[in-house]
Amino acid sequence: MGTLMRRNAIIILMCIELMLNAVNLLMVAFSKMHGDSAAQVFVFFNMVVAAAEVAVGLAIIVMMYRKVHSVDINILNRLKH
Amino acid sequence: MGMYEILFWFLTIMALGSALGVILSRNPVSSVLFLILTFFAISGHYILMNAQFLAIVNIIVYAGAIMVLFLFVIMLMNLNADTEPQKNRLVQLAGVISGGVLFLVILAALRSTPVIMVEKPSTNIGLIKNLGKTLFTQFVLPFEISSVLFLSAMIGAVVIGKREGSQPQ
Repeated sequence: MGTLMRRNAIIILMCIELMLNAVNLLMVAFSKMHGDSAAQVFVFFNMVVAAAEVAVGLAIIVMMYRKVHSVDINILNRLKH
Repeated sequence: MGMYEILFWFLTIMALGSALGVILSRNPVSSVLFLILTFFAISGHYILMNAQFLAIVNIIVYAGAIMVLFLFVIMLMNLNADTEPQKNRLVQLAGVISGGVLFLVILAALRSTPVIMVEKPSTNIGLIKNLGKTLFTQFVLPFEISSVLFLSAMIGAVVIGKREGSQPQ
């Protein structure tokens, strides 16, 4: 919900982190229910992917800020012109 | 069971409340602080479920590294009070409705799964010794590939963030 509602690119990235974390919580709960430890390994890899994605996403946002001095995502609409 | 349940509900309310605070707060810095609170609440949930390694990794990686990155970028851009104009009401309403519909779909999917009787799961799943055994025997290949992924993400971030026109040697 936050990804769709906000225009600040940084807050959108934070809401994506929230979603990844929610999936992690669910997988740990299922791992506890079924007694299978493969789900916790998947949670570990999920955290790895989230960390890498945050690094690259923040680099993109910094690049965008250098060009237009704003983090408003509606400015990116100009790419279609 | 009383202490367990009280802790569970306290952590749940804290996690949901601070997640709502991330979405709805005007100031980006307070969004980051709410997100840190959410990560601590979720790590508390992991400890309740006896997944100790994941709780500690969660705190170190998310609340320790990723949030520091976010704060650096926000401070670099000097976004103090929120300078974004609101999206128009129609788009906001569409966002809320789609989030609500997703919530209903997830709820319906949870309703229809059969409740599997928990057959005394072993309680030492989350201990780091057993997790390490599984990680390094069954999942060696994804482990090595994830190190390549980290390397490529690091190189990509540096390449993207490089300033144009660096001096020739």
